[in-house]
Amino acid sequence: MAIFDKFKNGLEKTRDFFSQGFTKITAQFGHFDEEMLDDLEMLLVQADVGMETAGGLIDHIKAEIKKTGDDKSDTVLRNLKTAMLDAIGKPARYELDPDKLNVILLVGVNGTGKTTTAGKLAWRFHNQGEKVVIAAADTFRAAAIEQLEVWADRADADLVKSEQGSDPASVVYNAIQAAKSRQASCLIVDTAGRLHNKKNLMDELAKIRRIVNREAESAVVTCLLVIDATTGQNALMQAHAFNEATDLDGLIITKLDGNAKGGIALTVAQQSSLPIYFAGLGEQVDDLQDFDATAYVDSLIPEHLFHEKK
Amino acid sequence: MFSSLSDKLSNITRKMRGQGRISEADLKEIMREIRLALLEADVNYQVVKDFTKEISSKAKGAEVMQSLTPGNQVVKIVRDELIEILGSEQEKLAVDPSGFTKIIIYGLQGAGKTTTSAKLAKYLKDKGKKPFLVSVDVHRPAAQEQLKVLADSIGVPVYIEPDNPSAVDIVRKAEEMARYLLCDTFIVDTAGRMTIDEEMMNELAEVNAAVQPHERLLVVDAMIGQEAVNVALEFDKKIGLDGFIMTKLDGDARGGAALSIRKITGKPIKMIGIGEKIEDFDAFYPDRMASRILGMGDVLSLIEKAEQQLDEELAQKSYERMRKNQFTLDDLLDQFLQIGKMGGMEKIMTMLPGSNRVDPSMVDDSMIDKNIAIIRSMTSRERHSYKLLNASRRKRIAAGSGTSVQEVNQLIRQFEQMQQMMKQMKGMSKGQKRKLGRMFGQNLPF
Repeated sequence: MAIFDKFKNGLEKTRDFFSQGFTKITAQFGHFDEEMLDDLEMLLVQADVGMETAGGLIDHIKAEIKKTGDDKSDTVLRNLKTAMLDAIGKPARYELDPDKLNVILLVGVNGTGKTTTAGKLAWRFHNQGEKVVIAAADTFRAAAIEQLEVWADRADADLVKSEQGSDPASVVYNAIQAAKSRQASCLIVDTAGRLHNKKNLMDELAKIRRIVNREAESAVVTCLLVIDATTGQNALMQAHAFNEATDLDGLIITKLDGNAKGGIALTVAQQSSLPIYFAGLGEQVDDLQDFDATAYVDSLIPEHLFHEKK
Repeated sequence: MFSSLSDKLSNITRKMRGQGRISEADLKEIMREIRLALLEADVNYQVVKDFTKEISSKAKGAEVMQSLTPGNQVVKIVRDELIEILGSEQEKLAVDPSGFTKIIIYGLQGAGKTTTSAKLAKYLKDKGKKPFLVSVDVHRPAAQEQLKVLADSIGVPVYIEPDNPSAVDIVRKAEEMARYLLCDTFIVDTAGRMTIDEEMMNELAEVNAAVQPHERLLVVDAMIGQEAVNVALEFDKKIGLDGFIMTKLDGDARGGAALSIRKITGKPIKMIGIGEKIEDFDAFYPDRMASRILGMGDVLSLIEKAEQQLDEELAQKSYERMRKNQFTLDDLLDQFLQIGKMGGMEKIMTMLPGSNRVDPSMVDDSMIDKNIAIIRSMTSRERHSYKLLNASRRKRIAAGSGTSVQEVNQLIRQFEQMQQMMKQMKGMSKGQKRKLGRMFGQNLPF
């Protein structure tokens, strides 16, 4: 299966939801009136896009209609698609720098899938022929280390760990030394989940980030916030707080194949101006894909809703 | 990021002081704010729609009570209605008359099922029950080990079998063992699953059929968005649902899903998870949740926590000494220790109304720990007359408490200021005191 198809398949559920909603709205006349635009806005809200962002998208569409006088459903939906792509921002792709050590620091609230993502990333880079080291810096959650051990095994990666309850910063320190001495090309750091309003835990994370910056001075360090696609508006607060503490470089959206429509992905990307690098689309080891903004937007507003094909 | 609904409403209603009735236009504006606030809190869109309609008709033409401003009156109507939906009283966990109660825990991935299972076991154990835990998560690596570590830490028997691929088989053996050990509550922790994953839902249905639980509890993350309702409905349809547990309420999510699920499924919230520690688990109080969704702080929880853990006698003693102007560093130490007992300043701050304007991370609990250490490094004479504390004593105290002289100075300065304030309070007239009270109380929603 091509990567693109895999991405689209993962979003099947989302597509169905929006299709139904849109078909209802656009069925009658093929034109949009004020009330239908309100319905469209609410459809976005129901996909967890949030009132503010949904309102902004609809305002943009209204302005376009006013400017051109064209309120045909095809035009409106095309404009919406463009506005959504703009909201997500420039397409970004994560690439390893072949000449350097690449450190990926995974952070986020509890239960978003950091450990699973660490495992999938390790597998991905291992498959590209890279030497991967994983740091089990979640020393808090019971059996988190054992969970990562299984993943490290699957990905044939070296795991640097300590016992539960030990200082995560020292695990990270050791992992960096190990990655350097083993000449690994990639170090993936799995951190403990923490709620962003807990100062002590966020301080701990900031410390980890400082150690990475200091010890892996010549490395390319990428700090990625892992967000569960099922999350509602709280994801905005998460992005804000984690960015304050660790200076984020990008986002990973997990469970995008699942129950949720994942509209929050768009909203967080827009409000944080951070790129979405990866999307988690399933339970299998190869289900972590490059985030494809066009496929994502297509899944929200599928092509078959258009009367005239592109 | 989100200002609280009560703030917004008080802005609107500031304009309508003196009106006897809530006008149509005012009501519309108020409803808009309520709608926005509820959507920001991730309450399901459909639920918000029905809800605001209901409120509108209740608020329309309602006489404004003498004691309330029109805005507060609407807030009261909203709050009452929220409480009514959330359930007017606390719902108890099922106890089977057979003496062997079976509880199954299920939900989406990452909601916190395993932690919750252990918390529930601890909660029941503390209430004198004999719980037994089993994990039938045959999917997530080390999920069963996670439950075992937690179970061992709270001294609850547990059954796991990581190499057995059959969840049904594991649960059968576990039940046998639980009965053999004469346990009275059997808690089944299941793997996280999406409701659209048919295979996984079938597996859960099989486990459910094998267990025949008396209580089927859905674990819901407080941060979940609009999809919460569909998740709950699907689980209810395929497995059956008796109630739910909301987790991660120690975060800053409003938890609007609590309202949506309750409204649409009619099933109660039974318990809530409120922290990382295994004791951070509590019964659900609808009135507090209503305030939280509205962004009004959890005053009641705070009061109750204070009641539970503040030593009344000690408080009274402190107060007396304050009144008589005999407040010493020993009393201050007692107060710091009390704050620690209540879960630290951060916890207290987040429960105060209007505190979503205060960044809880600004409050540093380590300061309190430091202050405790400083006072403890003083001799009893020093604690009673702080004026003894000259430079060399301060240096000794700093060394003894692992702090700096500056920090010792700061504490003493604060103590001096407190004494100053107490002196002033003593000399105050009743009217002045009331004024002071109002000054402190101005952020209260009512």
